[in-house]
Amino acid sequence: MNDKISNEEKILLDKFLADNQLFLGPDPEIMRNHSLSTRSKAEDEILKKGLDPHHVHHVRGLINAALSEAFQMVNQMGAAPGAKWGDLVTGIYTAQGDLAMIAPHGIIAFAACCFYPIRFIIKNWMNDPTVGVKDGDGFIHNDARYGGIHNTDQSMMMPLYYKGELVCWLSSTIHEGENGACEPGGMPAAAESKYDEGTKMSPFKVVENFQLKRDLVTFLQNSVRDPKLQLEDMKVKLHAVIRLRERITAILDQFGREALIGTLRSHLEDTETEMRRRIRELPDGTTRVLQFMDSSLRENAMQKIACAITVKGDRLIMDFRGSAPQFLNRSVNTNIASFKAALCTGLLQNIWPDLPHTMAVLSPIEIITDRNSIMDAEGEMPQAMSLMPLFKACVVWTIPMNKLSYSVPHRYSAVIASQYDQAATFIYGGLTQHGDVTGNFCGDINGNGQGARSNADGEHSVSPVFGFMADSGEHEINEEDTPIIRLGAQRLAKDRIGWGKYRAGMGYEQIATARGSALWGFMTGCEGSKFPSAQGLFGGYSCPSYQLLKIKGINIFEELKKNPKVVEVFDIVDLMNKRPIPGGQYSSNDMGMTFEVCNEGEIYMICQGSGGGYGDVLERDPALVMKDLEEDLMSHENARDIYKVVYDEKTLVVDEAATRKLRDQYRKERIKRGKPFDQFCKKWVTKEPPAHIPYFGSWDNGKEVYATTMGQRVKMSSDQLQGAFMLNPKDLRIMQLEGELAQTKSQLESCRKKPGAAKTVSRRKK
Amino acid sequence: MKVLITEYLRINLDTEKWECRRCGHVHGSARDNYKRGLLVYDRDPREVHKPLLDTRLYERTYSPDPTWCRILEYYCPQCGTLVEAEYLPPGHPPLHDIELDIDALKLQWKDRKEVTEPAIGPDLALEKARNNRALHAGHGHGHKH
Repeated sequence: MNDKISNEEKILLDKFLADNQLFLGPDPEIMRNHSLSTRSKAEDEILKKGLDPHHVHHVRGLINAALSEAFQMVNQMGAAPGAKWGDLVTGIYTAQGDLAMIAPHGIIAFAACCFYPIRFIIKNWMNDPTVGVKDGDGFIHNDARYGGIHNTDQSMMMPLYYKGELVCWLSSTIHEGENGACEPGGMPAAAESKYDEGTKMSPFKVVENFQLKRDLVTFLQNSVRDPKLQLEDMKVKLHAVIRLRERITAILDQFGREALIGTLRSHLEDTETEMRRRIRELPDGTTRVLQFMDSSLRENAMQKIACAITVKGDRLIMDFRGSAPQFLNRSVNTNIASFKAALCTGLLQNIWPDLPHTMAVLSPIEIITDRNSIMDAEGEMPQAMSLMPLFKACVVWTIPMNKLSYSVPHRYSAVIASQYDQAATFIYGGLTQHGDVTGNFCGDINGNGQGARSNADGEHSVSPVFGFMADSGEHEINEEDTPIIRLGAQRLAKDRIGWGKYRAGMGYEQIATARGSALWGFMTGCEGSKFPSAQGLFGGYSCPSYQLLKIKGINIFEELKKNPKVVEVFDIVDLMNKRPIPGGQYSSNDMGMTFEVCNEGEIYMICQGSGGGYGDVLERDPALVMKDLEEDLMSHENARDIYKVVYDEKTLVVDEAATRKLRDQYRKERIKRGKPFDQFCKKWVTKEPPAHIPYFGSWDNGKEVYATTMGQRVKMSSDQLQGAFMLNPKDLRIMQLEGELAQTKSQLESCRKKPGAAKTVSRRKK
Repeated sequence: MKVLITEYLRINLDTEKWECRRCGHVHGSARDNYKRGLLVYDRDPREVHKPLLDTRLYERTYSPDPTWCRILEYYCPQCGTLVEAEYLPPGHPPLHDIELDIDALKLQWKDRKEVTEPAIGPDLALEKARNNRALHAGHGHGHKH
């Protein structure tokens, strides 16, 4: 083939290819770009002309109020548990699709994802004669491959035309939950391919003339387990966006198009400028952190996330190379756009919460990953449980950024260790007591314990790791809607604490069962059962490991009828150690559980977790230790062993002198047992990961990545990553049991062949 | 001029050394890994996160699995302060977690005043969470919590 073609031919060829694209899949040009667009002609003209800052401030306030009102509408009217407890957002975007502002109490990440589908709509549907974009249109989307956190979140996006000109886009997003996946609730850990994930909406038009198109709504209802929820929340989001449109139109009427367009753009540019100024304040250099995720939610698998943050002048580079490769048949992958949205959230939640919630905070940050890694997975990879790496992205900042920013003379927000970063909530599905099919998750996902601060203990169960504002819900409402009965709830998980000079905020216990359903079940999607998840800061310890506990084979309601005092108190540790319910099968399991049927009265127990601790435990004020004892947050054993405090157990009066002496003595013990670093490393460091751990990620060299695929360990170059294929844990279990059976049979056979064996056996029987 | 880098570490820009903020011990060159000046101990995580469930009944007890996770504790060799607690899989190389450009740091602090105690910032995230809790609790129930 002649590869020398003229410019004219090239233009013709490009046009032919563009016109004949067979599938408008996720577009790398859109999905890999998280920066602000260059100014549009209109934006440039307006900003060059100049805007009155007071005017901008006024307009910004009005937009904020409008977004807030739309948020409240969705919050109050939304049917999904996520809407009730605040997992939603309303946002406004420039005409080019750059996210300019969100409601002052929204989930940042949701909106930080919507600019991708809006850019897709602008690029592909605007000029397509079969689709088009006009006033009164609304577009829906849920597939995170086109932008989005995960496929449980559904967005409604609407262009706002003013006097015939497209001036901005508006959106409303809710974590809807149910989406017709292979497991109920929308987050199927059992998904082994993207085709197990349920409905995958690329951005498409579902509203015309401000009305939902009933044929398409019906199609979507027919694709999910909860058709009523699907309809109701589509209406809620649409009407919230319509109200938002009215408010923004009123602003346009009062202040003109230039004020609105100019405010949105200057808000973005000012935020980016402020970001660069703050980056410049940091010292030049690199700080690093490692995060380890110990589960694929189907089996224990150690996945490394390596992050190096480098600052040079006003550049900030996040380098994730050397992290775990993607899984071919596990759902814990994410795409890079979702990962960046979670990074944006983490920055605004943990580092600079005072900055405006726009995509401009991420715009100046450079992000480097290995292609086909767990945070930059290909579109074909399942990613229904992308929350696992995404939650890590939310907290990945805390350790390295505090190491970079501690020296800065002015502090914008508190120094905080990592918040607990797991989705520690029950995901459920089945038939309700009202006979409806449903699937969703409980609001406890929003009760993560805060990390300890440099000057104070962390707050208990403060918020989700991805937003400030969501609430952990009211169980009475949940019990009215679903067969879930809370036997124990909101009881702080005693002794499960990230220890430190300041301790972390703690999580609470969730003890659940089902009643009045013909078919009900739960799943849980957390890692951190072997390797703790929330990291401590500056000598503070991490949170402990957490487990999923079950009491199966009983009906607690029957047991309580027989003996109302059968359980003294619904406390996980008490229940598991004392085993008060006769005939119960008690088990302690990994926090990752695919959907499992819960018979009436069987008990499932998990905890929300603690954040990481701050500083050396020996520096904890003994008075704070006594306060924790008074509040029954911890046991005397830990007060003595961890904090080394001498006190009277009855009066909680501290012997200050004896405590000082004990702590001094313990510091000497540390010095005695510690080895110089170089000497220690010679013995400690191994060439490869331990053979018994299915390990994913680099070890001593960021360019070489380990994985376990088809049960075999492999080593790959980090720029040529292949996905890991995991064996079915049930097949492995069958293989193991078959092996044991074969071994037992052969032992039996050899016993039979031994002379006199039969006699021995018969004698033993006697 | 000394620059505070963490709760327990500072860099003396004049000597270009890492120092302990508690006792002043000199850990080594600020251009090198500060960990090289500290003592390290491989701690069984079950000592810190004690089993809460009966270990005779259950394998998983809220303690990390010591065959998957170890805690490397870094102590100041002079005062025994716990400077870092690094959670790693057994045998994983310890992380070089702070690597600053010392020349740039000197330049940056040329016109800054020395800071001996770190500023305390407002906990804005918590404030927002509290505000929203108050907002949520304030309506719809007809009574105050």
